[in-house]
Amino acid sequence: MADLHFLANPARFRRFSQRVLPGLGFATVLMLAVGVYMAFFVAPEDYQQGKTVRIMFLHVPSAWLSMGGYALLAALGASLLVWRHPLAALMARAAAPVGASFAAVCLLTGSLWGRPMWGTYWVWDARLTSMLLLFFLYLGHIALSRAYDSPERGDRAAAILALIGVINLPIIKFSVDWWNTLHQPASITRLDAPAIHNSILVPLLWMAVSLLFLFVYLVLLRTETEIDRRRLENAEAAA
Amino acid sequence: MSGFTTLLARDLRLVLRRPGDVGVVLAFFVVATVLFPLGIGPETNVLARIAAGVLWCAALFAALLSLERLFAADYEDGTLDLLLLAPWPLELAALAKCLAHWIVTGLPLSLLAPVLGIAFGLDGPSLLALGATLLVGTPTLSLIGGLAAALTLGARKSGALLALLALPLCVPTLIFGAGAIETLAAGDGIVTHVAILAALALVALATTPWAIAAALRQAGE
Repeated sequence: MADLHFLANPARFRRFSQRVLPGLGFATVLMLAVGVYMAFFVAPEDYQQGKTVRIMFLHVPSAWLSMGGYALLAALGASLLVWRHPLAALMARAAAPVGASFAAVCLLTGSLWGRPMWGTYWVWDARLTSMLLLFFLYLGHIALSRAYDSPERGDRAAAILALIGVINLPIIKFSVDWWNTLHQPASITRLDAPAIHNSILVPLLWMAVSLLFLFVYLVLLRTETEIDRRRLENAEAAA
Repeated sequence: MSGFTTLLARDLRLVLRRPGDVGVVLAFFVVATVLFPLGIGPETNVLARIAAGVLWCAALFAALLSLERLFAADYEDGTLDLLLLAPWPLELAALAKCLAHWIVTGLPLSLLAPVLGIAFGLDGPSLLALGATLLVGTPTLSLIGGLAAALTLGARKSGALLALLALPLCVPTLIFGAGAIETLAAGDGIVTHVAILAALALVALATTPWAIAAALRQAGE
């Protein structure tokens, strides 16, 4: 991390990101194109799930990235509160909607997969419910960071919320698991029952890495925008 | 410690001088609860089945309703600035405010809920369990709600935002609180549920005062 400290300066970060972004964007498009091709044409159909297994190539990485995104928010919140990194606040502001979007994609694709496989768009399954609650935590973070006339206040309030949220996430996950097993014993076949065959696993991991690239690209691009926006606001306030 | 008790006594005295504020919260709790039989229908077995969940949710909403003003009055009249300057930890002040909030809302709600439970057709042990779980669970709601109140201090539309922040964090308490009565109906004891509720309250007690104090410091800047 020590080597990344030079990025704490927004102006220096901006120069860095401008150099990195075009190449990263190109790599993301390329990787996603290959990943989508593999997901649709190379990966075999599942003997039980049929074509719907292809939804998983988007669904599972989205779930991973939405959880990783919240961990990123908490780390950025900590570095804002502890070291007062000016960039951390802007990056958290940029990353929260991206993470929330991945959570939404995860919920939507899960729902579309559930209709043919489980016969319903939504069940109060423990995993679905905790993903929904994660989505709500994201919404709270986004709303709080934008709720103040002074953006710095919103940044720091949201940072505290992210830290408390990350402490609570395991507790929420545990209690939702408990709640579900109390109400209905596992009646739905889970994905994780057998080990996943390589023909599915390779495209899945490929898609996960491509979507991670997309995540990083979007966060960097949005951070750049936030830096410009904050400069503009400061200039307006000074004028 | 004297600062803690002074602040607690002051907050309680403020409520005693204007008991209507607490009365409104309790009235909201009763009215919100009464709406459920009207909306769902008067079948006793259905009502007894949902009673615990309804009463717990209504208690949660009632507690949130009164939280918006927890720090707002102190923020507006400058008391908060004095608390920030005071020579004793702000964390204790946060704890005193949350404790005062619990005494004037969580405690009466816990006593009132079993009375309303009678109207829902809950039996004796369930009523006791309802009161006990609320008694152990509502401190968590006051602490988490206090954090949401401190975070939204001075924000636009703070009321709705407060609920959006606090409700997902209150889910574990709700699950184990309402779940206890269901376990009782299934023939098991509620000790596990009460113990987990107490654990959640202790986690909240160990984490939220620091976060509330941090949020208040920003509000005071």
